[in-house]
Amino acid sequence: MSLTHSNDIPAPVADDVGPSAPHGVHAVPRRVLASVWGLLILLTVITVAVSKVDLGQGNIWAALLIAVIKGGLVTMYFMHLRWDSPFNGLILIVALFFVSLFVNTR
Amino acid sequence: MSTASTEISAHGQAHYDPHLAHHFDTPEQQFTSAKLGMWIFLGTEILMFGGLFCAYSIYRHNHPLVFKFAAEAYLSTKWGAINTLILITSSLTMAWGVRAAQLNQKKLLITCLVLTLMGAAGFLGIKTIEYSAKWDEHVWVGSWNKYNGDNDASYATPPPEQPTTQPMVQIPPPAYGPAAIADDANTPLDVSQIKPRYSYPLSQSIQHQPPKRESDQRPTGEQQVDERYKQLSASDQWHVNTFFSCYFLMTGLHGIHVVVGMGVISWILMRTLRNDFSSEYFTPVDLVGLYWHLVDLIWIFLFPLLYLIH
Repeated sequence: MSLTHSNDIPAPVADDVGPSAPHGVHAVPRRVLASVWGLLILLTVITVAVSKVDLGQGNIWAALLIAVIKGGLVTMYFMHLRWDSPFNGLILIVALFFVSLFVNTR
Repeated sequence: MSTASTEISAHGQAHYDPHLAHHFDTPEQQFTSAKLGMWIFLGTEILMFGGLFCAYSIYRHNHPLVFKFAAEAYLSTKWGAINTLILITSSLTMAWGVRAAQLNQKKLLITCLVLTLMGAAGFLGIKTIEYSAKWDEHVWVGSWNKYNGDNDASYATPPPEQPTTQPMVQIPPPAYGPAAIADDANTPLDVSQIKPRYSYPLSQSIQHQPPKRESDQRPTGEQQVDERYKQLSASDQWHVNTFFSCYFLMTGLHGIHVVVGMGVISWILMRTLRNDFSSEYFTPVDLVGLYWHLVDLIWIFLFPLLYLIH
């Protein structure tokens, strides 16, 4: 008998997802990729436009808010976090949490 | 004795999976472990850039007018925005490439990788244009920056060390917080040098005229930039080169990541041409994709923070 007996059993996930997506990983649909790209372009245009309007202290917060939304789109869809194990997202959040502790000016 | 890399196919035949390392039970476990490792690496990348973002926020908090002046006078929103669009699009082609690898679409994968490489090259090309312009305008780092007060030929006049006859306000040093470690926290503030948030030519300031819009205020030409520079307080004038240190460190470290990205994407391209990847094994494509998206992610924050200062 081998210690690696589990290899005799087919990987359970592979059965659920069909032949085009082995290892339980699913390919991001084309429409999702294209829409996320469109949104990112749109948000870039918006952030440039907003920077030309005088909002006082609001300018920096508007710019950061738009950047966070864009970052959310990139991480969730391009970087696949939406379909990944939540642990990968947790690593990202922990890293961002420590950066925010570091950067916090008050 | 069975090997660790044996699995049963749909037809009940055992076959050898050359990509499965012996210490993993299943390809899926191996893939998720590799991805977890990549995410931990990306976490350390974010922490490394976090140090630069921290330095940026402290200096901008202490010298908001310096950052406004330097960004408006020397950074081109046009090039920054074009580079943002280029990086976002190269992120799209990379994500599409990962999809192509997952679906065994080799030709599409090659196309996507080549497009991503072209995006990276285009980004660096524009960055070169921007960096050369900074060199020509003598606003590079350290002693190559004309605003560096340590230069003999500097524009900057050092902050007054002795109190003059003008009224001075002594600002008590804060007990804690970033301002406590700021190098100029104890510098006496010369009230006569304090300028209003929006300064416009004296002739117009007599009437109650609202400040002009940002786009109209952007200084053009050396003379206007000089005028704007002279409106800064002495302490602010002393710190203009700090903005360029932040700019070159942040965009420079990011640029190094773009260069490394081009290297690893080329490596993936070579392995693709060698038929290394299939829907059964595409881990390196996926992980390099994650790295490339992080490079995009960092730029998404750098662009508004450096180019769009209001």
